[in-house]
This record gives sequence, structure tokens and C-alpha cells, in this order.
Amino acid sequence: MNVQALLLSVRLACTVSTLLLVIALPLAYWLAFTAWRGKFLLESVVALPLVLPPTVLGFYALVALGPRGVLGRIWQELFGRPLAFTFTGLVLASMVYSFPFAVQPLVTSFESLDRRLLDASAMLGAGRARSFFRIVLPLAWPGVITAVVLSFAHTLGEFGVVLMVGGNLAGITRTVSIDIYDRVQALDYASANQTALFLLVISFLVLSVVYGVNRRVWSPWGRR
Amino acid sequence: MVAVGPAIGAGMLSVHVDKEFRTPGTPSFHLRINEEFPAGFTVLFGPSGAGKSTLLDCIAGLVRPERGGIRFGEETFFDAERQIFVAPQKRGIGYVFQSLALFPHLSVEENVSFGLAKLADRQRLSRVEPILEVFHIASLRGRKPRELSGGEKQRVALARSVVTEPRILLLDEPLTGLDRGLRQSILEDLKAWNAERRVPILYVTHNREEVDAIGERVMSIADGQVREKGVPQEVLDAPRTLALAQAAGFENLLTARVVEQREEDGVMRVEVDGAQCELEIPLGAATVGETVQVAIRAGDILLATQLPYGLSARNVLPGTVESVEARGTLVRVVVKAGVRFTVHVTPGAVRSLELARDSVVWLVLKTHSCHMVSRR
Repeated sequence: MNVQALLLSVRLACTVSTLLLVIALPLAYWLAFTAWRGKFLLESVVALPLVLPPTVLGFYALVALGPRGVLGRIWQELFGRPLAFTFTGLVLASMVYSFPFAVQPLVTSFESLDRRLLDASAMLGAGRARSFFRIVLPLAWPGVITAVVLSFAHTLGEFGVVLMVGGNLAGITRTVSIDIYDRVQALDYASANQTALFLLVISFLVLSVVYGVNRRVWSPWGRR
Repeated sequence: MVAVGPAIGAGMLSVHVDKEFRTPGTPSFHLRINEEFPAGFTVLFGPSGAGKSTLLDCIAGLVRPERGGIRFGEETFFDAERQIFVAPQKRGIGYVFQSLALFPHLSVEENVSFGLAKLADRQRLSRVEPILEVFHIASLRGRKPRELSGGEKQRVALARSVVTEPRILLLDEPLTGLDRGLRQSILEDLKAWNAERRVPILYVTHNREEVDAIGERVMSIADGQVREKGVPQEVLDAPRTLALAQAAGFENLLTARVVEQREEDGVMRVEVDGAQCELEIPLGAATVGETVQVAIRAGDILLATQLPYGLSARNVLPGTVESVEARGTLVRVVVKAGVRFTVHVTPGAVRSLELARDSVVWLVLKTHSCHMVSRR
């Protein structure tokens, strides 16, 4: 089993799910409570990675992150380093890829909140921030857990996007899924199986934790 | 009642709101209220969907009216023309919602002290303790809302909104579903709280008993507008609108046509439902030939098993009993006398009159028990 690749994958998944939570919380809150009519447009954009092949996402990510892409150029000027085929580039592309998995559970759990609780909080003098941290967040907690775990697991298992923007640099962009692909190409089925099995077990455990803890929040299996 | 703060000077709440609600597929609803609410209780009474809760939401700042202004004493909460809108959390208003909206993840004590976040721990405790005592929930302090009975929840919600010393208190059917004893005791607590502070309290209810127990002022609202106001007896015992008569629990609502007006006697005669029977009712603003609604309480009708004579009551109608149905401590008797009348009598009366299906009876109605209500 390639420990280096595994650690890289875990580091990537941790970084991505943390950053995604920071971005997704305010966005999901806004999506859940806005009365803006055009919000379906934004919802569609957020859900795009669910339906697009990873190679499409990866392709556009590569174009954007590359030395001639907008992001790549800005990054190059700011930090003097390229973005494509780096860990940072991989993080950015993975964030796009896992975005719906962070946003949707949060939107669902925010939407299921009783609005009167927020009204009650306001009538008791609480501003938006206090209402959010004392009422919304504790009550939407299962949604937060689901968002973090799903975006973590989804990033851990990604392949196409990584291959497109990350390439295959040991310790920098060679994640578990790429490693498994490499082993199979080299006809090393035994070690491919070891890593694959490990990923399978990890994914199963993660999902059982999420669905065991709560089913109220977004899940393809509906309510228990 | 323990004093937990200085008594707050009585300010007048003046409300001028105008807001239209359009929901596709339903007729639009227009809320138009221009009223002043002095310190003390004002009961808002009326059928559901009349706009009572929406009015409270406007005052609280949870709904923004399209036109008008809301002022409290010298302060302006809302002014459409000057584009002033004070956020709900800055208005200093206590609001008990119909759904109560207790925070499910917080204990009773945490719920009650939620509004005192700006105070230091010691001060907060000294405010919360007496309130928990007054509302008899001190022993429940550690429980979560789901572990409370309906009455306990209602007490917690009331305690939570008064502990912040609100300058205005909005109560939306806070005691619905409680038994009479509990309701009375919570109402006593509220009245004691109010006696000390004298802030405007707007109290929404459908319950006649609560109206009588509070009893200061009542305002009837229907279709988004104030229809009548005054002391409860005046407003609710002589309803002038059909919606209010329905809400106030008038069991008999009859359609009738005015056939004669006798201005010198202050009465008029009406024909109920196509000449089925005639009633003498107080003179009202209706012309001969006009169709009116007549509201009569089931408890205001007398039953006799023989033709009574020597009575001051002007309406005596022969009829037959259609059904006798016991409902707790009262018996509901339906009598067909041209049209059907619902009459409430005591179980003792049923026994001594030997009332049963097909009994021949006479209905006796005082002229002033028959109230003409307009259609709207």
C-alpha cells in the first residue's frame, strides 16, 4: 500500500472539506433564506459538478489554472509559482468538484429550520450573528456533519479531476485513486487491491457514520 | 410579584399599517389598521385569517408594511415615507408566538435567559430566578422543551418574553389548548406582571373566557380591518358583523328579510328564511325589504313545554324537538320552528321538561337577544 499517496489524499480531503465548509456555510444560509427569484440559477451552478464528467471539470480547471489561464496567471504574478500540477491547484479544482456535496446538505438543513425560531431569537434582541451561532448552527448540526463528511469522502475518491489538473507527481499530486490506477497499469493487482480495499472500507465506514447519525439531512435514501 | 426592574413609563403605541398580500390562486388580503394602543391589555378578537397575527408581525418588525408608520411614544419603529425601519431585535418588544417557538436544543433556563445575553452572569441570574418562580417553572429549569407539557411550554414562552422587560408585549393565543384552571392561573400571573409595568399588551385570542378574564379593551378584526372596539360586553354580546358573530360563538345565524319597522317602539319585524317564522328584533340600520343576518346565542333562548303567557319576551315560536344531545354540563337541543334553532339548556331542565325527540315546545326569545349583523 502506498502510504505517501494515502497521506496526500487525506491531506487534500481535509483541506478541501475545511475550506468548503467556510465558503458553503454563508452561501447555503443565503440560498436557504433568500427570496430572490433567480436563486435557481445559482442552485444549478452549484449542482453542476454532480452531472458533469470529472474530465470536463478537470479540463476547464486545467485551462483556468494553467500558466495562460486567468487564475494561473494571477497566481503566478502574486506568488511567482505556477498553479497547475501543484497541491494548491489540486485543492482549488477539488473544491469545485465537491462543492455541491458541501452546499446541498447545509441548504436542506437550513431550510428545514422553523423560521419562527429565528423570529423568536430576533425578538429576544439577538442580532444575525448571535442567531446564527446560537440557534441556526446548533440545530443544523447534522447537516454540517453531513456536509463535511460527504465533501471529505468525495474528495478522497476523486480521480478524473486530479488526473487532469494534478498529473501524477509523487507526494504532490499522486493521490490514492491515481496510485491504484498506476498499479493496475503496471499489472500489480495485489497492491492495487490492497489500496482499493482500504479505500472501500474507509468510504463505507464514513457513510455508515453519517447515515447512522442522521437521516434527516440530505441523503439519497429519504427519511427513515 | 418580585420587582426585577424599574417600572417603565406608559407609552402609547400608534399603528398605521397598510399591506397587501397576494398569493397566487387566492383573493388578495389587505391589512389596513389605524389604531392607538395605550398601556394595558387590548384583546384582538376575530375569525382566523382576519389578520391579527400579521398585525402583530408588523408591530414586531417581522413583516414590513408597504405604507404607514408605527410609533411608540417618541420613537419611530417604522415610517414608510421617511424610509425608517427599526430591526425587530432593536425594538424592545416581547412576542409570544402561537407556536411558542421555544428553542428545542436549549433547556428551560437557557431559553428564559436567552434574551439577557448582554448582562453579566450574576445580573442575568438575578433576573431569571424570580421569573422562573413567578411562572412556576423553577423546578423545570434543566428540562428541554420536548420534555414539557403544553401548559409548561406556554409558561416558559411567557417567562422568556417578559424577562427582558419588553416595552410592548405581543401575545398570539398564548393559552390555547390549556384547561380552564391553568389558563386562569397564568392569566393572573400576567395581570400581576402588567399591573406593575403598564406596557401595551396586545393579546390575540378566540376564547371568550380569556376575553372576559382580561376584560380591559377588545378590538374585533375581520378581513384585515378593525370592525369594532370597546369593552368586551359591548363588542362581543352585540356583534355587528357576521364574521364576528361566528367568531364570538353565536350558534344561531339566521338570514331574514325586514318586513316592518316600528321606530316609536325601537323594534322591527323580520321574516326568517322565506316566511318560515317571524321575529321582533331591535331596530337596526336596514330598510324594509332588505335582507339581514340575525345572530342569537343558543343560551339566550328559553324552552317551554306549554304556550307561555304573561311574558315580557316578544318572540314565542311553536316548534318540535329534532334532537337532544348531551355535551358535558350542557345539553344541545335542536328545535324545528320553521327553521332550526339550536338551544342550550341544563341537563336538569331536560329531565324536568322531559325533553325528547318530537316533543312539542315553544321557543321564547327576548327582542334584545336577537342581534342584527351585517353581512360583512
